[in-house]
Amino acid sequence: MFRLITIAAASLCLLSCQKETQVEKATREGILLLGNSADPKSFDPQVVSGVLESNINRALFEGVVQFHQKEDLAAPMGVALELTPDETAAVWTVKLKPGLKWSDGHPLTAEDFAFTYERILTPELAASYAGMLYFLEGAEAFNMGETTDFSTVGFELIDSLNFRFNLRGPTPFFPELLKHFTWYPVPKHKVLEYGTIGMRGNAWSKPENLVSNGPFRIKSFRRSDHIEVERNPHYWDAANVSLNGIRFLPISNIFTEARMFRDGQLHITSGAAPEVVDLMERENPAVLRQEPYLGVQLYRFNTTREPFDDERVRHALSMAIDREALCKSVFRGYTEAYGMTPPIGKYDPPHEVSFNPEAARKLMEEAGYPGGKGFPRKKLLIASRETASTLATAVQAMWREHLGVEVEIENREWTAYLEATRALEFDIVAGGWIGDYTDPLTFLEMWTPTSSYNNTGWESQAYADKIEESFKITDPAERFEVLRDAEKIFLDAMPATPLAWVGKNYLIDPAVKGWDPLILDNHPYTKVELIPQETSR
Amino acid sequence: MLKLFSSRFLQGLLTLFVLVTLTFFLVRLMPGSPYTAEKAVPEHILKELKASSGLDQPSLVQYGLYLRNLVFRGDMGPLIKKDGVSVYEVISDSFPVSLVLGLASMGIALMIGIPAGVIAAVKKNSPADFASLAFAMIGICLPSFVIGPLLAVGAGLHLHSLNVAGWSSPTDWILPAITLGLPTAAYLARLSRGGMLDVLSQDYIRTARAKGVPGRKIITRHALKGGLIPAVAFIGPAFAAMISGSFVIETIFQIPGMGQHFVNAATDREFFLIQGLVLFYGFLIVAANLMADLALVALNPRLR
Repeated sequence: MFRLITIAAASLCLLSCQKETQVEKATREGILLLGNSADPKSFDPQVVSGVLESNINRALFEGVVQFHQKEDLAAPMGVALELTPDETAAVWTVKLKPGLKWSDGHPLTAEDFAFTYERILTPELAASYAGMLYFLEGAEAFNMGETTDFSTVGFELIDSLNFRFNLRGPTPFFPELLKHFTWYPVPKHKVLEYGTIGMRGNAWSKPENLVSNGPFRIKSFRRSDHIEVERNPHYWDAANVSLNGIRFLPISNIFTEARMFRDGQLHITSGAAPEVVDLMERENPAVLRQEPYLGVQLYRFNTTREPFDDERVRHALSMAIDREALCKSVFRGYTEAYGMTPPIGKYDPPHEVSFNPEAARKLMEEAGYPGGKGFPRKKLLIASRETASTLATAVQAMWREHLGVEVEIENREWTAYLEATRALEFDIVAGGWIGDYTDPLTFLEMWTPTSSYNNTGWESQAYADKIEESFKITDPAERFEVLRDAEKIFLDAMPATPLAWVGKNYLIDPAVKGWDPLILDNHPYTKVELIPQETSR
Repeated sequence: MLKLFSSRFLQGLLTLFVLVTLTFFLVRLMPGSPYTAEKAVPEHILKELKASSGLDQPSLVQYGLYLRNLVFRGDMGPLIKKDGVSVYEVISDSFPVSLVLGLASMGIALMIGIPAGVIAAVKKNSPADFASLAFAMIGICLPSFVIGPLLAVGAGLHLHSLNVAGWSSPTDWILPAITLGLPTAAYLARLSRGGMLDVLSQDYIRTARAKGVPGRKIITRHALKGGLIPAVAFIGPAFAAMISGSFVIETIFQIPGMGQHFVNAATDREFFLIQGLVLFYGFLIVAANLMADLALVALNPRLR
């Protein structure tokens, strides 16, 4: 019996030792193996909202403009031949490339775009990200159901190759918005073949029916196992696409993902836990990447509850947080936040957030809590995901040490935590925000009184006015000045305190070329190449 | 026999009905809804979303509709967050995977657990007995989220003999099947040891010995049948649990099985999926218990 087992084990070892790894095989075949955390909620770019869906959509669809391989703020033309603004940057005209086709060979025309934007704004479709299109004149009213006449929306069909966007005001960063998947076209002929314009659960986006216009089309899908896309021969630039396909793997356990990478089953991981970062720094630093990512980690105060209704208390708690220590010992690859919005291009947020325990103590004293005496025992609400609980423990200790304030950490299951945040049923709550597009507005619009993402109870008309004012300015520098003023109003009131700007940690195989640091982490797959390496991992 | 079968069958149906009803109302008591999201959905869109899945109706109306669809159409409902996917699709995609893994694990558990228990009982207080008990203790105490990664790192990364995770070839079954089978093997070892010890001290075994029946024959012919009764009673529900998947094993080894949906459906508030999975699992348990009952009747003449 023992001998039999030994022989079986030895032959198994022999069999697999000689075999090339999955990554080596895929590199040879030109297939990128990509960790992508979970199954997509849908393949329809108009009903999804997440990062993992956007990774898949970017392979399958292409909008007016594309992402650039290296530049965060460059917008190379996608299906458009030209995208031209008028002098106010409020009207943008698109001329499509001639001869565009869907992956089934059907021609793609400006009518598809007209249909696309009418569909995403149709109230019955209930597209959760329809708000991205509110930059179009009249789009909000149409989406709210105030009118059913799509001609009231700022989209103008000129002919089968040309159309025009009429925006609600000057939008010099409009090309950045157009990169977002909510602006990708959907095939009118297919959507209507399987249902109506506002129908949810329309079967056109089932993998077996899906027709797309991007560099790739869907090849196979197995739930919780993989999604594979292959070259789309009808793509306008198919000749310049190097990859033969991409395999998205929905690996939810970040440690399993790291093991699979080390075992040669993945080219790129979706992330890397702090423990894995430390290990790879020692073991194989060449495969570890740490890059800035357009996101912020923050703590919200409930300004409708005592004692957080007192601005001084909020500032004191914010000033007692040593962000440098957090970035060093809790996070990996994050940077200390000195404002809410991470620096984007020429936008630098006001330097209003700092670590100053002395001043924090003084403010606490002024607020009536000298040395933390009399400060009610409050709760810090978190959902135990990733580093949330280490972070909370560290901040809890800082408040105790510098202010004598004792907070209790309350851990809730994810959805219950989200629900409590939304309903303002918390004292202090952990949160975060990932930008949708590379403009400070994506971080600032959420703090207006009407935003469904505010969740602090803080309402400032002055702030809302500043944001509104920014919608009327064409000059980018002047616009940033106004947005910076708005951010200053926010930071002076401090309804939420930023902790750190997010860094993205991940592992990447040396065979992958053309995967450069991008702040939105939206890499154009058309520029990715796989070059076999001499030495393997 | 038929009477026993039909009464158990009716009890099973009643159990399932209670289960469906309880689950239906309990999931709706959880805080939040399927539409609770990190980036909150605006109010007017939320209204449309709820209307599209029928969640805007009163609970009792929803319950009536659910039962009607379930009983008359066999329709377990759609996924709320995943556009155009049905509960039936999710279960029919993932159950075969879990079934294969469960069968392999059960095979391992039976091959290790029962011989270990029987040997331990026959050689009571010998080193073999202590080894078997120690193995059982370790198997029960060490959770699979420790054993799984240890096996993956050991066999996958250091020996390079197997994939650390994935589900593309039959060799990928080995590590998860061992991880899932070990605790059950450990329980089986303890149960069959206890059962065998009981039986071996019975009068009829002593009689057999006195009549000069050889040791091996006493065990296989006379003792085993009665000694395995506790183990058989345990195997039924354990088998149902194994073939319905394990969240931990599936996330550690990246397996497209059914276990992950139990946990994700609950955190995502996928009402219909939770109900469907609970009903399906309930059905498996009821069926497995029924089988175990029948097997016990076959093993124990006094029950006939």
